[in-house]
Amino acid sequence: MKPKSLVNINDYDKNDIMRIIETASKFKNNPNRSLLKGKVCGTLFFEPSTRTRLSFETAINRLEGRIVGFSDTATSSATKGESLKDTIMMVSNYTDIIIMRHHLEGSARYASEVSPVPIINAGDGSNQHPTQTMLDIFSIYETQKTLEGLTITIVGDLKYGRAVHSLIEGLAHFNPTFNFVAPEELKMPEKHKVYCDKKSIKYREFSTFSRESINEADILYMTRVQRERFTDLMEYEKVKNVYTLKNDMLKNSRDNLKVLHPLPRVKEIDQDVDENPKAYYFEQARNGIYTRQAVICDLLGIDVN
Amino acid sequence: MGKELQVAALKSGTAIDHIPSEHLFKVVSILRLQDLDNRITIGNNLDSQKMNTKGIIKISDKFFEEDEINRIALVAPKVILNIIKNYEVIEKKSVTLPDVIRGIVKCNNPKCITNNEPMKTRFDVVDKDHVTLQCHYCEIKINKEDIILNKGK
Repeated sequence: MKPKSLVNINDYDKNDIMRIIETASKFKNNPNRSLLKGKVCGTLFFEPSTRTRLSFETAINRLEGRIVGFSDTATSSATKGESLKDTIMMVSNYTDIIIMRHHLEGSARYASEVSPVPIINAGDGSNQHPTQTMLDIFSIYETQKTLEGLTITIVGDLKYGRAVHSLIEGLAHFNPTFNFVAPEELKMPEKHKVYCDKKSIKYREFSTFSRESINEADILYMTRVQRERFTDLMEYEKVKNVYTLKNDMLKNSRDNLKVLHPLPRVKEIDQDVDENPKAYYFEQARNGIYTRQAVICDLLGIDVN
Repeated sequence: MGKELQVAALKSGTAIDHIPSEHLFKVVSILRLQDLDNRITIGNNLDSQKMNTKGIIKISDKFFEEDEINRIALVAPKVILNIIKNYEVIEKKSVTLPDVIRGIVKCNNPKCITNNEPMKTRFDVVDKDHVTLQCHYCEIKINKEDIILNKGK
């Protein structure tokens, strides 16, 4: 059975993921269609996230849907003390689907339980952001023509990086091999390694950003190493430039390698990498539109030809 | 010397035996015994060969649904339930942790929606042997020693 809402990447099984990829490909060929004509989409951003909101709103606008909503809580009734349930009940009266970002973890799951219309989780605190995972997976599929048996090197903040943890779970269906590259303070938490073990997913851990971990990869997934994540700022100063990708580091990488990043990027990818055909992060962000179009239409039961 | 009853005999109802003394009042709270009108006898710090000390709760004319009583396995997994009719123990039962626990456990994550919205908590029991719970909403896992019960629920 197809899921009614998308809260967690685990709401999708392997077939769901492949179906979304197929639909997103159709939108990439032609993103301007009238499929959402007559539909009203609610975008409830209880915490600001310009990038994600613009991506969703572009996805909807290009399908001729209409949008109601708010982009920060200062303009919503949550500031008056209204419960999330009441807000969702009201907005679901007006809309066909709700896209929600909220600072509280589990808020999207709860919204999906009380709402009569589908909910898309556009980020619930540090918990889940499944359309980010879907656009990552779509970009991997698009560049590699398969998802099966790939080697993915993930670099940076593996401890707090929500996108990274969800990516592991989303790719778990496809027999991946992971290289986890992170400073000691931000290395992959035990529970995610236990998850990999349970699913028989192969992984190696590196504390230095070695050429080996780049050269054997099909995908190099970079993330931000944020200063505020460090308890020891000396440690941050030591590692801040060690996990930066420079163009010459890609010299002996595989021909099919693509560099991904959930953005925003700060210093972890040098500007000179942008010109390298292996840099794919801006295209990856663009893919967010097509993936979100696919997810919205899928949840609304709209056929895409 | 004949065995002296430590708590008065029950004509009909449920006797919950072998409750760890330190968890007796948590069992009272989980079963919401404070809301019942039935006659209830509570004994605590009673002698026990197996446990050193134990608690017993006897509730007249009350027979719990399995889902209801199984929740006490959270704090007292080794209790014995004696179902009594006409002064006779007609059945002895143990408790097993249910797959899902609703309402009685508090989520330890202050940023969880359940701590910020008037709603019931829900936990999936992901490891029955070690008693590990996972919040259905924010997805954090809670180990047995970190379980906090909701106040007044």
